[in-house]
Amino acid sequence: MSVGAPKIPVVVAEVIEVNALIKRFRFVRRDGLAMPVFSGGAHVVVEMDDHGTRRMNPYSLMSAPGDTSGYEISVRRDEAGRGGSLYMHNHVRAGMEMVLSQPVNLFPLDARAKKHLLIAGGIGITPFVAQMAQLEAMGGRFELHYSVRSPALGAYVDHLRGRYGARVHVYHDAFDEKIDLANLLKTQPLGTHVYVCGPKGMIAWVHATARAMGWPDRAVHSEEFLAPPVGLAFDVSLAASGKTITVQPNQSLLEAIEAAGVDAPYLCRGGACGQCETDVLRCEGHIEHNDHWLSDDQKASHTKIMPCVSRFRGAGLVLDR
Amino acid sequence: MSLDFNDETFRGDFTYRNSARAIKRFPFPFPEDSYMYSVNMEPHVPGPVGSVFEHMFDVDEHYVSEMRDRAQVLADDPLRCQSLPHMELAGWDLLELIMESKARDYPHWFSLHRDGNQWHWINRPLQIEQRFTFMDASTLPCGPMEYITRQTQGDFTLQDQRDDDLWIEAGMVTTQADWSLDFDIGMSFKQWHAPVPLAHQAGIFDRALKFLLKLQHGAPVRRFNWTMTVDPLLDTSPENYPKWGPSKTTMTPETVGRRQHLRVELQTLHRLPRSNAIAFPIRCYLISFQDLVTVPKWARRMHRVVRDIPDELATYKGFIRNKALMLDYLAPFDDGLPTSPGFAPE
Ligand code: HEM
Ligand code: FES
Repeated sequence: MSVGAPKIPVVVAEVIEVNALIKRFRFVRRDGLAMPVFSGGAHVVVEMDDHGTRRMNPYSLMSAPGDTSGYEISVRRDEAGRGGSLYMHNHVRAGMEMVLSQPVNLFPLDARAKKHLLIAGGIGITPFVAQMAQLEAMGGRFELHYSVRSPALGAYVDHLRGRYGARVHVYHDAFDEKIDLANLLKTQPLGTHVYVCGPKGMIAWVHATARAMGWPDRAVHSEEFLAPPVGLAFDVSLAASGKTITVQPNQSLLEAIEAAGVDAPYLCRGGACGQCETDVLRCEGHIEHNDHWLSDDQKASHTKIMPCVSRFRGAGLVLDR
Repeated sequence: MSLDFNDETFRGDFTYRNSARAIKRFPFPFPEDSYMYSVNMEPHVPGPVGSVFEHMFDVDEHYVSEMRDRAQVLADDPLRCQSLPHMELAGWDLLELIMESKARDYPHWFSLHRDGNQWHWINRPLQIEQRFTFMDASTLPCGPMEYITRQTQGDFTLQDQRDDDLWIEAGMVTTQADWSLDFDIGMSFKQWHAPVPLAHQAGIFDRALKFLLKLQHGAPVRRFNWTMTVDPLLDTSPENYPKWGPSKTTMTPETVGRRQHLRVELQTLHRLPRSNAIAFPIRCYLISFQDLVTVPKWARRMHRVVRDIPDELATYKGFIRNKALMLDYLAPFDDGLPTSPGFAPE
């Protein structure tokens, strides 16, 4: 849900096969400007035009946060996923033009921590690569515990060991090596924060173990990737202005109303201010309420919609606009 | 002092004045004839040439004198500037944002040369030239937030974001509308807003917080706040209330036009890139009633806003005592004609 942050036009500078499952992509800007610096743990949304289907997938940035020459992400091939990773693996080549969102951080380091204990599983390593670069530059204290399937699938292990030496601990499923979490948590200095990024089960295991040992929830952080919904096109009738419009996948309803030449109020364009609230005259289908403005009752009644962020699925939607 | 900047005081003899140009560009904050709290945030995009929105950080004719006033407040009370240890990175982010913006928007006054981490900053109005190493506080005379906010109009607070909340953990606060950084530091969004009447019940802080937690780098937003101040005093702090509070009791029908000031805060919110913190500049503009009524629409509207404001707000903003005096002054300028919607003069 963008609040009007400018997008970043990029060209794919490099595609590197890291192992059988993972490819790394490097993006540089097309407009000659510097990339924004970011905070370790941030992700960007990569916009893909997958043969007519628009995909918007978030990927953690793994380049150094202060490096403004380009951004790097790693993508694990996911045969069962929605298709974004397959598109990245099968179709994205060096030289292609793409569009990225501004970085957003939903997995930041806690700046007050005395020590950062990083726990990664598989492709979950990527945000930590950026965070370790940031911590190293600032003299922060950290330790990485990284669980991989086998040496062949241990992405970036050599690179990280080379840079951070004994602070990097690697565990191989293939050799039955396991993170001794209880012991690890027991021996941390006061003021340590724990971060986990990896498969769902690993995240739940770290939270549950830490809680059982009396760690405060606020000292245990995990990356929760809420992938933005794939935007589908839908039609809307605007009763007051007598127009029927199509909202494209890459547009908000508000943008489509504006594009049709109909004046509509707004302020925040982020679902918070209430300015764009619009009466729904008829709704045959389901409104996807993505705002923070309407009450749960209002949302359930389907009589109001916030066009800056919300969308619709169904046979017909008529708005008083 | 150069022709660009006034030589004036915000205390003692109060020689603060707005030029005709400053009156014309004054950010009158009322889009309609009545006022109630709302989630009044909009994108902080550049506005018309000459307006206070033209640039990311507005530098106006009061700049040099305001910075002198700030230095004096800090000399008397160093606790007006505080930064918890983990906020230094956010301070560097803020320093970069301000230096980059000012050098881009006002190249005749400010220059910034960057060679890797070796930076060279020139501030001509304040006659400052500084070479320093970015991210190395030992190369500046003070911390990065203090350094740059001693050279920038408006108060500043820095909020760390964690646990789905914002925490006010650094700031430079010398031009505040009766609140204290020393008291608020370390508080969360709803804790520091606790004294505000009516707005909590209306859900304003719930919604504003949710919005801010998602604020994106590169997409700053802005909002207005306002209050009333007797005499053009920037430092209306709780710490100094005994010094300025009594001035409310000495206004007369003869002096209200000159002494009563509308105090407008142009507040902006910026996501900072390295620290993921949020910067909150609070820029204060003051206009005397006698200057304000020179714009007929503002005069009509100001009268209606003060007349109809709920008592809770007039009490919280600290002007209920002088409300009748203010209305007597403003009423003759309100001929009852309708006003057009929006901020602009008719
Ligand atoms: C994160 C940045 C913000 C900071 C640091 C901040 C700080 C403050 C402080 C210190 C006060 C005075 C409270 C007192 O009486 O002690 C205040 C008042 C207030 N704030 Fe905020 N605020 C922020 C953002 C917002 C936002 C986004 C809104 C949007 C709706 C808002 C709405 C208000 C209102 C309505 C008042 C009462 C003002 C008056 O009537 O004079 N604040 N704020
Ligand atoms: S524009 Fe603010 S809620 Fe839609």
